[in-house]
Amino acid sequence: MTVDSFKYLPRIIATYYRMTAGEPELPIPWNHLPKALEQCTFGLVTTGGLYLRGVQLPFDVERERAEPTWGDPTYRSLPSDVQQEDIGISHLHINTEDALKDVNILLPVHRFRYLVAEGRIGRLARSAYSFMGYQGFPADTSAWRETYVPLVAAELHSEGADCVFLTPA
Amino acid sequence: MLARCFEQAGFCTVLVTNMPFWAERTGVPRTLAVEFPFGHPLGQPHALAQQMSVIRQALDVLETAQQPGTIVHSPQTWPVPVNQATQDWQPSDPSPLLKAMTPKFIEMMREHRRKSKSDAPTRPKSAPSE
Repeated sequence: MTVDSFKYLPRIIATYYRMTAGEPELPIPWNHLPKALEQCTFGLVTTGGLYLRGVQLPFDVERERAEPTWGDPTYRSLPSDVQQEDIGISHLHINTEDALKDVNILLPVHRFRYLVAEGRIGRLARSAYSFMGYQGFPADTSAWRETYVPLVAAELHSEGADCVFLTPA
Repeated sequence: MLARCFEQAGFCTVLVTNMPFWAERTGVPRTLAVEFPFGHPLGQPHALAQQMSVIRQALDVLETAQQPGTIVHSPQTWPVPVNQATQDWQPSDPSPLLKAMTPKFIEMMREHRRKSKSDAPTRPKSAPSE
């Protein structure tokens, strides 16, 4: 079975994507797994716009409403034992109802704890990370590349993380 | 883009996405493609077996991929009819971008179609039948 990338997209957006897609910049980055997964430490990263309610500011959707071609490039760090009731989501491009019922559909913190207990993976990093996937129109990911990913990478390195599991919204 | 950045930062990454189209065109190191609606890369809320199945498939990709740009397509299907699922994943209030840009998108598409028609080679007239 080949996954249809356009199955759930409104036609107008699918057409735009097909019209504007380019080619990948080569070479594609690559690191060999340093050890068996059973010994690896995992960091979880999503672009679902998650934040800690009552503790962290939401992503800046007010500015996005005022400037529709801008998207908030910052990130939030959440404890990997975060409870569902502490999750807030600020993302104007998806229906967030289901993730507010179960964070694991976007950021599988509880599922990965199970994988650690099972021995399938070694450890889960203490923090998990959320970006917000809309990065403007046209998309500008320079702030991610130059500022925010290096910060998250430094935090994950300090925890000895080997692998990053990415779940874009 | 995030997958590339984290791989460049020294991690081994795997991405779960419903758009292998973009994974291929941005050059993602390792991808599990799953035909789920946006906002639901790992499944439906509280569907433990479904979520764990997708996660395990992604870990298998991480473990077994031999070369950069590997994309594995999951056989997993979404148990809701496509029209309903397409409706459900979208926010009730369209994004500010869609509201601002829909007329421009429509004009871009019209222009693209006009250009495609004018660039198409002219067909020779068919010879009269004998």
